[in-house]
Amino acid sequence: MTGNQLAFLVLAAIGCLSALGVVVFGQNAVRSALFLVLNFFVLGFVYFALGAQLLGITQIMVYAGAIMVLFLFVIMMLQLRQDSSAKEPTDFKRPFAWLFGAALALSVMNYVVMPLSMTAESPVGDEFGRPQAIGNVLFSLYSWPFEVTSVLLLIGIVGSILLAKRRI
Amino acid sequence: MANDVPLSWFLIMSLVMFTVGGVGVVIRRNPVVVFMCIELMLNSVNLTFLAFARYGITPGQTIEQANASAMGGQIAVIFVMAVAAAEVAVGLGIIMAIFRLKNRADVDDMSALRG
Amino acid sequence: MNIPQWIEGLANGTEAVGPIPGPILLAVVKVLLLVLPILILVPGLIWWERRLLSWMQDRIGPNRTGTITIPDKAPFLRGKKIRFFGLLQPIADGVKLFLKEDITPADIDRKIYFIAPAIALFPAFAIGGTLPWGAIRAPFEQGVSGLYRFLTPVANVDIGILYVLAISSLGVYGVVLAGYSSNNKYSLMGGLRSSAQLISYELAMGAALASIVLATGSMRMTDMALEQEKPLWGFIPAVQNWFILTPFGLLSALIFLICMVAETNRAPFDLPEAENELIAGYHTEYSSMKFAVFFMGEYAAMFLFSGIFAAVFLGGSSLLPVNWEHLAASVPSASGFFRGMAWFNYWAGPLVFLGKCAGGITFFIWLRATLPRLRYDQLMNLGWRSMLPLGLSNLIVVGFWVVATKLWGIGGGWATWGLVMSILVVFYLNILAGTRKEALSFGGRKVAMKDPAPRRAVTLVDPNKP
Repeated sequence: MTGNQLAFLVLAAIGCLSALGVVVFGQNAVRSALFLVLNFFVLGFVYFALGAQLLGITQIMVYAGAIMVLFLFVIMMLQLRQDSSAKEPTDFKRPFAWLFGAALALSVMNYVVMPLSMTAESPVGDEFGRPQAIGNVLFSLYSWPFEVTSVLLLIGIVGSILLAKRRI
Repeated sequence: MANDVPLSWFLIMSLVMFTVGGVGVVIRRNPVVVFMCIELMLNSVNLTFLAFARYGITPGQTIEQANASAMGGQIAVIFVMAVAAAEVAVGLGIIMAIFRLKNRADVDDMSALRG
Repeated sequence: MNIPQWIEGLANGTEAVGPIPGPILLAVVKVLLLVLPILILVPGLIWWERRLLSWMQDRIGPNRTGTITIPDKAPFLRGKKIRFFGLLQPIADGVKLFLKEDITPADIDRKIYFIAPAIALFPAFAIGGTLPWGAIRAPFEQGVSGLYRFLTPVANVDIGILYVLAISSLGVYGVVLAGYSSNNKYSLMGGLRSSAQLISYELAMGAALASIVLATGSMRMTDMALEQEKPLWGFIPAVQNWFILTPFGLLSALIFLICMVAETNRAPFDLPEAENELIAGYHTEYSSMKFAVFFMGEYAAMFLFSGIFAAVFLGGSSLLPVNWEHLAASVPSASGFFRGMAWFNYWAGPLVFLGKCAGGITFFIWLRATLPRLRYDQLMNLGWRSMLPLGLSNLIVVGFWVVATKLWGIGGGWATWGLVMSILVVFYLNILAGTRKEALSFGGRKVAMKDPAPRRAVTLVDPNKP
């Protein structure tokens, strides 16, 4: 086992455990959100390990730095008004959900992951993940989706203002 | 880097995250946590995109194909992030609006439309 | 042994010190060279803040601690006092904080409560990871050269400035978690305010830095330092092109400066710890070492943000915006002096950089002594209605400038810049004239503070309830 593999295993272990933490260990919403922050942070490092610098740092900035802060903000605002630290009740759905989840995971494992496990690395060079390369492609080949995304973000802004304002 | 880490490891990590996120959507009752689980699933898909962008799907592809798929995968991740950001802004707004109406937060309360 | 060659060997991995490979050793040295000065200087900063504040407020401040009176039985200097101007005060403060009782409030979220100070400290130090504190290029050389390139920055990556933004956006977690876990409404309010404030000001900060990225054409912080060694405005070769001397860079610098104060939760943006409203905000329930850790993080963040400001806008580690190399080449009579200045500028770089950081911190303290704290709605107005539009319009203008410079040369670039800028100013004044009577200006505080019409009672038929 090489150093890269070891590093990946550590990152993956933290990532998977924190993902479990979001669902299982997090008794209340704040704990869940914290586990998710950890997960996104580690995921940023996994992206670094894949060589995608720009996306790794964007992951940390957008997810861990902005989206999760928004989540925490909303959770805390809800908790200001309501003391909802009570544990959620368990019901019959729980074991079935895990069962189906495991079945899904195993089937995807069997039919998708295992056949691909021998895939060799593609001959992409050092350019992979460089901001310049991504920028060149993003603003030439993918400029139409880029513009559409900007419109989508605008709609998101307007929509959230509409939802948040009491009186327009 | 990542020369000696097999592609399947990344895929397995992504798979675990996706499954856990999906189960979480089903079993958790707090709408904010459900939302977070959806984010988890989105991120696992992002990881898959990037892994495939790095390693390519078809073995023995040419350099042009590899570069195109590498770029395409990364750009897909960028778009997923942008869409997720918009989705979070609107989704949290909806949760706040529902909370303002109902004064509690539980997915099972959001049943006013069921007739 | 040739020391420069040895260091280069360490960087290339051909040399090693005992069992430690060269690159790893060099990485550790880089990190230590970044972190140790901060750790050593933070107590000094606290002393400097207290003294400077007291001078500005016409007080004396802590000036006794450390003063030694030579006893009468000493062979010489009997009864003389050796003064340290209170320099030992921070050490006394530190000892006091260590020895204080560590109070843990009841009914807290224990794990998060204990981990929050650590989370607050981490980004404050990590933010300097891409900060170059020395010139990356030796004078009279082309391209990257010299000793400092092996020592700084810790990671010279393509995404340097994005890294700064990403890590600084993590800084909110310490505050928010401290506020949440303390089981105290004031703390919670402080945390909430802090998260809203940091989200708001990050955007403007990103816009301000993005215009510099656009002008440089790279997100590497060392590339920004190199860009600032070029001729001013593209055509004055004797002066360096510090970004604060360019018109767009000046605007960016102002926005960045304001956002930097907001990001570090310092006065006048210290709403998360506003003592007249929230006791002490998020660290109300913290005592002893954990409280000290919060302060450590705040001062380290101030220090490193000042460093980033210096690296991005103030020409990094050069003392004056003067291009000594060009002068040495063009003024043969004083060539030796200018060559000497160039080398002095290079070797004294880290000290100059420290000086610029100290200047930034002095600015922080000056602000704290001068400006009253903003109200919450003023804070939001400033962030969203002034800083963000300014930053974005600056970004647009810089975009025009870059394209026009590429197309029509330097003169065309500046002409286009002036044209677009004047159009934007006219546009902005028009908007301002239209909305002045509403809440845009701070004068409209009646409108801003007025509660909207009373909420209508919402009647919702809930089928689950009888």
